[in-house]
This record gives sequence, C-alpha cells and structure tokens, in this order.
Amino acid sequence: MSAAAKTQVKPEKSKNLVRGATGDWEVVIGMEVHAQVASNSKLFSGSSTAFGAEPNSHVSLVDAAMPGMLPVINEECVKQAIRTGLGLKAKINRRSVFDRKNYFYPDLPQGYQISQYKQPVVGEGEVEIDIDGEAKRVGIERLHLEQDAGKSIHDQSPEYSYVDLNRSGVALMEIVSKPDMRSAKEAQAYVTKLRTIMRYLGTCDGDMEKGNLRADVNVSVRRPGDELGTRCEIKNVNSIRFIGQAIEVEARRQIEIIEEGGTIDQETRLFDSVKGETRSMRSKEEAHDYRYFPDPDLLPLEFSQAYVDDLKQHLPELPDEKRARFMKEYGLSAYDAGVLVAERESADFFEAVFDFAPPGKPGALAKGRDGKLAANWVINELFGRLNKEGKDVATSPVSAKQLGGLVGLITDGTISGKIAKDLFEILWTEGGDPAAIVEARGMKQVTDMGAIEKAVDEIIAANPDKVEQAKAKPNMLGWFTGQVLKASGGKANPAAVNELLKRKLGI
Amino acid sequence: MTDLTALTLAEARDKLKTKEVSATELTKAHLSAIEAANATINAYVLVTPEHALAQAKASDERLRKGEARPLEGLPLGNKDLFATRGIRTTACSKILDDFRPTYESTVGQNLWDAGAVMLGKLNNDEFAMGSSNETSAFGPVVSPWRRRGKDGKPTTDKLVPGGSSGGSSAAVAADLCLAATATDTGGSIRQPAALTGTVGIKPTYGRCSRWGIVAFASSLDQAGPIAKTVRDAAIMLRTMASHDPKDTTSVNAPVPNYEAALGKGIKGLRVGVPKEYRVDGMSKEIEKLWDEGIQWLKSAGATIHEISLPHTKYALPAYYIVAPAEASSNLARYDGVRYGLRVPGKDLIDTYENTRAAGFGKEVRRRILIGTYVLSAGYYDAYYLKAQKVRTLIKRDFDEAWSKVDVVLTPTTPSPAFASGEKTGDPLAMYLEDIFTVTVNMAGLPGMSVPAGLSSQGTPLGLQLIGQPFGEETLFRVGQAIEDAAGRFKAPERWWLGDGSGSSPASAKGKATKPAAKGKGKR
Repeated sequence: MSAAAKTQVKPEKSKNLVRGATGDWEVVIGMEVHAQVASNSKLFSGSSTAFGAEPNSHVSLVDAAMPGMLPVINEECVKQAIRTGLGLKAKINRRSVFDRKNYFYPDLPQGYQISQYKQPVVGEGEVEIDIDGEAKRVGIERLHLEQDAGKSIHDQSPEYSYVDLNRSGVALMEIVSKPDMRSAKEAQAYVTKLRTIMRYLGTCDGDMEKGNLRADVNVSVRRPGDELGTRCEIKNVNSIRFIGQAIEVEARRQIEIIEEGGTIDQETRLFDSVKGETRSMRSKEEAHDYRYFPDPDLLPLEFSQAYVDDLKQHLPELPDEKRARFMKEYGLSAYDAGVLVAERESADFFEAVFDFAPPGKPGALAKGRDGKLAANWVINELFGRLNKEGKDVATSPVSAKQLGGLVGLITDGTISGKIAKDLFEILWTEGGDPAAIVEARGMKQVTDMGAIEKAVDEIIAANPDKVEQAKAKPNMLGWFTGQVLKASGGKANPAAVNELLKRKLGI
Repeated sequence: MTDLTALTLAEARDKLKTKEVSATELTKAHLSAIEAANATINAYVLVTPEHALAQAKASDERLRKGEARPLEGLPLGNKDLFATRGIRTTACSKILDDFRPTYESTVGQNLWDAGAVMLGKLNNDEFAMGSSNETSAFGPVVSPWRRRGKDGKPTTDKLVPGGSSGGSSAAVAADLCLAATATDTGGSIRQPAALTGTVGIKPTYGRCSRWGIVAFASSLDQAGPIAKTVRDAAIMLRTMASHDPKDTTSVNAPVPNYEAALGKGIKGLRVGVPKEYRVDGMSKEIEKLWDEGIQWLKSAGATIHEISLPHTKYALPAYYIVAPAEASSNLARYDGVRYGLRVPGKDLIDTYENTRAAGFGKEVRRRILIGTYVLSAGYYDAYYLKAQKVRTLIKRDFDEAWSKVDVVLTPTTPSPAFASGEKTGDPLAMYLEDIFTVTVNMAGLPGMSVPAGLSSQGTPLGLQLIGQPFGEETLFRVGQAIEDAAGRFKAPERWWLGDGSGSSPASAKGKATKPAAKGKGKR
C-alpha cells in the first residue's frame, strides 16, 4: 500500500482545512496534466510540431484524415513518454495499447482521437513535493500517450468557424495523479514539480503560455475523515496561478452548496479567470460516450526491458537527487538547494561557479567550505538582479566564471563582502575579469597592519569621550570598527580592525 | 487478328514480349470493349482513356528498349476503393463526391511501377459494404453471366456479380480488363470471383499494404487480385504485395515468386475438409461440387482429411459485430468539414446530420448504426469484446488444423449467383453470402476462390482454398490443380453487345473451356 493511498482515508493535519459556516472542510484534489511531448514531429505523422506557423501549414495527409491514411507511431515520442515515466519513478508497461476515443468535432479530423485507455504505457509512480519545508508524496496513477486536436477559431467570420490543424496529431502525455492533494498550494507545487522534472528530462518544455502544459483539475470537498465527495472537473487551466485560484473558488462554491443543504453534481466546469469563478460546461448526463476500442490500425506498443534500462541509464540527474547532493556536497540548506534545482539551468549555473575556480589555484573554491557563500551570491545577488531586470540565467550579463572569480576573491580575503557588491555591479554593467578589475581599481582589502593601525590611532585620538564610554560598555566597539572601515573606504579587513581596536581600547 | 481482350494476363504478357502486339493496341482494345459494354454491365465508374493511353505509350517505349518491367503494358482495372492520384476516388459513395486524392495507394503504385496500365476505376458496393454490388452510389453492376430458367431456356434476369468487388469480377469476366485489383473484408474478393467464374485471392492479413485504400474494417481489410486464371492471380499478387512502412500492420517478409510455385504439383499435400462447413440450407449442387473438388485433389496426389473447426458457426455473427464496429469509427472522418460532400445546416450538428444522411446509402448507415451500438457504453463487453474472443477461438481452430493439414477446401458460397433485387430486402440473407468466407478474414489467413463448375442454372460456382499464414504459394499450387481439372469457365457470348439476338448464353450448354493437355498449355 503506497503512502499516497493511505492519505485518502487519513484526515490531513488541520492546517489544510478550510473553514466553512458549519465547520471545517477538507479539499481533495486530483489532476490530469496534458504535457506536449518535446519532439520534432507528431505522434503518428511526420509533420512538424513547431509553434506559431501559418495555420494549416504543418498538416500531413494523416493529420487531415484523408481516406486510406494510416498512423505510424513516432518512436521518439514513445521514448519521451518512457523517460518521463522513469522520472516519475513509475512502472513502465512494456506492452501498451492505443485505443480510439470517438467523438465528432471539426478540429478532430479522424472523428476519433488516438489515445491509450485500458493499457497505458506508464503505470503507477510518484512525485515528491515540498510544502513549507515538509516533503509530501503525490501518487501518479498513470501516464499515457495521445494525440492533440486541432484548433477551432470562432472569431474570424460571422458565419463560419475556421479550423487550424497544425496541432492536430501532436503528441501529448496525459499524466493522471491520484487524489492526493489537499490544498491549492499543494496542487500548484505538484504541477510546478512535474514541470521541473519534465524540463530536466527534456520531455516537455512546460510552456503553459503556448498551451504546451495544461491541467484538468478535479476538486471535491468532504468533512475530515469522511469518504470522498462528488468531484467537479475544471477543464484546461493554463497557468499555475489560475490552478490555485480555480481550486480556491471551486472548493468555496462546493462548500457553500453543501452547507446550504444542496448536493454537488458531477460535471465538467470551466474557470473564468476574469470573473474569478467556475461555471458549468457539461453535466455527467451530457458526457460523451466515447466508444473506446483498440485502434485496429496500430499494433500493440511493445519494447524490451533492455530498451527501458538503456533509457534509464542515460537519464540526467533529476531535481530530487540533485537537491540531496547539493545539500550534502555544498552544505546548502534544503531551501537554498531547492531554489537552485528548481530549474536545471540554475543548478548548472551554480555548479559552474565552482568549475571556473578550480582547486589549487588562487581564489579556488571548496564545495563544502564555500557552498553557502556561493549559493547566496547566485540566489540573492544574481537571481535577484536577473528577476528585477526580466532576464534569466541564459541571458545573464554575469557569467558563472565571473561570479566564481568574485566569490573566490572573497574567500581568499582579497576583497570584503561590501566591496564584492561594488565589483558585482561593475561585472553586471561593464563586464571583465574580476581579479583584474580589483587589481586595477585598487579594490583590494587592506591587510597592511601599519595602515590599519594608523587609522585606528587617528579615530581613538579624535574621540576621547567615546573611548571612555567603550571602556564601560564594550558594545561600543562596533562604532569604532565602523569608523575605521569608513575611513579606509571599506577596504580594511574587518577582523584585523576588530582585533587591533580591542587591544588598543583595552577591552 | 484475335480478340486481344480474350487473352489472359500471362498470354498478353508473352505477346508483348515477343512484340506480337503493342501495349497501345492492347489498351485500345480494352477501351473499346469497355465503351461497348459499360452502359450495360456498369463495371467501371470512371474510365481513364487518356491516362491509360499515356501509360501504354510509355510501356511501348520501354518494351522497344528492352526495359520491360514485370507487368509492362498490361491493362488493368482498379477498384474505386484504391486512392488514385489526381483521379476521382469515391469508394462508390456520394459522401466522397468528386474527391481527388493527392496520393496513390501503395498497392496501385506497386502495379504502376511494374509497368501496368490503369483503364479506370471499378464499381463496388459503397465502402465495400455488400455482397451483390447493389449498394454502389453509381448503381448496380450486372454480371456478364445469365442463368437458365426452370424450363431450361436462358433468361434475361440481371444477375449480380457478387460484392463488394463486383466491378472487378464483372470486368474480368466480361474481358473489360486483363485483371483487376479488389479488396476483401469478409469475402469481397472470393465471393464475386465465385459468382463470375474468375479467380480471386485474399492474401494473408499484412501481405498487401492498406495504405491509400479507403478503410472499411481495418483489422479485416486486405487487398488482392481478381483474375482470369490462377496463374494471372499469382502474377498480380506478386506485384501487389509488399512491406510498407506506412502501414504498420503490413508484414516485413519477402514476397515469393508465386508464379514459380504453380508447376510444383500437390503430391502428398494434406487437404482438410471441415465438417462444420456442411451447413443447413446449402444447395445440393454446391455439395456435389465440393465432393468433386475433393476427388480432383485426390487424383492429383493429395491426401484428404476430415477436420473440425468447431467455432465456425460463431464466425458470421462475430464478424457482423467487429466489421461494423470498426467501420463506424473509420467512417467518422466523412463529416463534410475537409473534403467530399457537404450539405449545410443551421448549425454544426445539423450540417453533420444533413451531410451524412445525404452522403451515405442505406446499407452503410445500417452498419454505422450497428457498429455505434455495439461499441457504446454498457454493450461493449457483451458484443465487441465477446466477438473478439470468438475471433481468438476461430484462430485457435485453424492453428490446431494446421498440425494436421496444409490447406483447407470448402465451397466459396452457399448458393449460386442470384438476381438483382432478390436479396436486397433481406439484409440477413445477404449477410449469409459471407458464411464460408468471413472465418478467413477473422483469422487473418489467405483464402482463394477458384472456378470449379456450373450450377444447374448454368452459372459459375467456386471452391475456396484456405491456407496457413503466408501460405499463398500452396494456395496457388492447389488452385492450379483445381483449374486443371475443372477447366476455365468463360462468360457467355457477349450478349451485351447485341440487341438480344446474341443473348443466348453459351454457358447455358454447360460448356467449360477445357484446358489443353496438362503441362503443355499456357494459361
């Protein structure tokens, strides 16, 4: 019995409960995520999957369902589905079957969608999410491959609707979770994590704006400990923010209905992000009878264990493992490690900071010793700045090599943390080699004890009253340190200054 | 000069090689024959003379240079289920309207690449659904055969040529092409071949590519030839068959030279006779024919074994679940949105309904309804799933039989050719036409119909040979033995040419053209 299944019967901790007029409610959420497979061509035809092309320019005879056309499976898409399954620690089904899901719509040229119904390519797995520093597992029910439909365009003519078949036949992975989530926050964390895993694997670009990742969210409410309530499915929610909003308003709607003595109708609903409400799309009675049956044009999908093993062997390091390694190797906090591994590019950048300051050379970084400092610089200074200026790691004006140089200059005592911020500014706006800039612009920390002593003596001489106070109240040391550092233009080594002041002031 | 249209495919091939005739002469002769006959026979729904003559001209050029390909310059008919590039393809349904594909079916392409000439598109039951070629949007095909009345005198009853490949069988029987393409989902090659005195083979499922053939029931559909002789069918199939990466159900196995297998004889071959095929209501003369067939094969050196195929009786009902189920889904694409007929309505649903109501004929609508019903929620397990289980049992029956025999001999049809309109009011009677043929499709096996005799009414009857998977060579060997023993059955004199004076069917005398002495004659 998986941990996921247990959560269905065990009431969650109270923090997730929603307060209604008549008491507390638990929200239960499951999700079907549709992720477009990253591949050059469609699931059953050779047409391109490139986004943004002229309408109907990426349509083959198969995509347009011409008479006598037959689907041929694109092996690349199968590979991507298996890799995703492996990334979800899921069971890979070496034999799966494609079925036809029959319904009429102009953007569905065949009159059926080729999907996997009873025997999906990937079975049960799990995703670990992090909620306020606590790990939680969300069960995966299955992952299957299916075709996307085309796009109906209704606003181009008063009389006609238009159809663009560019998307028709593009491969999707439908990833179905178990009803293991208990709050909007958990649902958002789940989708975010799923997206991260797929982006690490390169199996889906996760671009929700282009519709390459979209979620159907199943929401129900119940009294803590009760059986599952009747669920409503909110279709096609296309941003992580909207997923949160849709769950909140839908849970609230259901609680109000039940508290007023009503019952929930099982139905499909749409989320209106402008009005901030969900509304009914079709009821259970109106639901299609899809008349699923195995597609006789396609043989069952079969592959060997060796094929799966080979794919597994070549998987990249995934976010959970990477985070654990960052904590262990670099001594990072779970939080910092989590921030860094959220995007593969960020994690790679962080590690490259160390690559460019190899051990043995001046300014070399040691992972265990300097990890936290480097993470601080990457997360707070660099990412903060990138965020502010609307850039990302790929377009960062400061390279990992430059940042590695900067951190190295701090750890070997060449510059102080304060000076390092000035140096960062120079690197951001002008670029250049950190060591050379420090040298050329005289930014080096002063460790010359003669110069420091002179400054200390001057400050002591100029402030006899403060000297008296400091003798009674050793806290005053900080004031003196500040004055000396200020006089040195920030370049004096604070530790050396402190040491000297203590001695001279006799405290 | 002899009538060039009376030649067999093999004979014409040889005459082209020796330059006795040209491809252009051969093609012109057939085009003239079509012109004279088609108003009556209605075998062609589209004749493509310019296309044919251009191909013939190119063939003559190749023949002149000594670069002839296997079917160089041989004029064929092409069933309208096969997509033809730039040439109207309708599956004989109104719903495809004036559809002109931008592509050629793989089977067609194989033929044209081998030098064959296409005379035109042949009639068939709409979407290949029918056993009499009466459901075509282009009207029924009339068999070149005529039957005798009870008084023994010839009648002018319009007989059906069988279906769904009725255009193919009629065209071959009436010498309107040397051979024709056809398709078989439940008997659509073998039954029309049996009813017209022609040879038809449905190869193993996966032997021919289905790419570019309008789909009826994907797990059962298979292309094959209808031809004048066993040899001609062997020549045709060798070129039609291929592995096609565009059809994942096509099989990647080398295509043998079927013609080369013909001379091998059948000495020692084990022939199975399934007791379950002696069904109630089978006509006496069919039974007699079957016994005759058994004797012929015995005389040719084969051994005869009674076998049991216990699940045979479930094959027909199961077939009429599986085939309509797949058809209901395969035909969903004809919605008036992208190509073919569109009958506008007040909204989308209305347009769908108008288009499909106007575009599909009665039999097609019936099968779509049956198929939709058996797949619907709550009925799937009781019908579709159960039918698939029957299918597995039928396959198992044959698997067991193959441990005892090399080939199975049965009649092709339970009764001789019937007249137009005789069974149209009774779909079940029509469905019974397939009783001996559907098992072969359900099991994915190769099956061939060879002309074996004439009914008391003077119309042709066929025997069916069922082979092991990819056992087509064996079928051709046994088929040749039957043909050698029974002779060829030529359609009667060309009554359709005259004003009635020539309407006395030659076959009424029960004369079969006996072959020349064994091993000598080239047919």
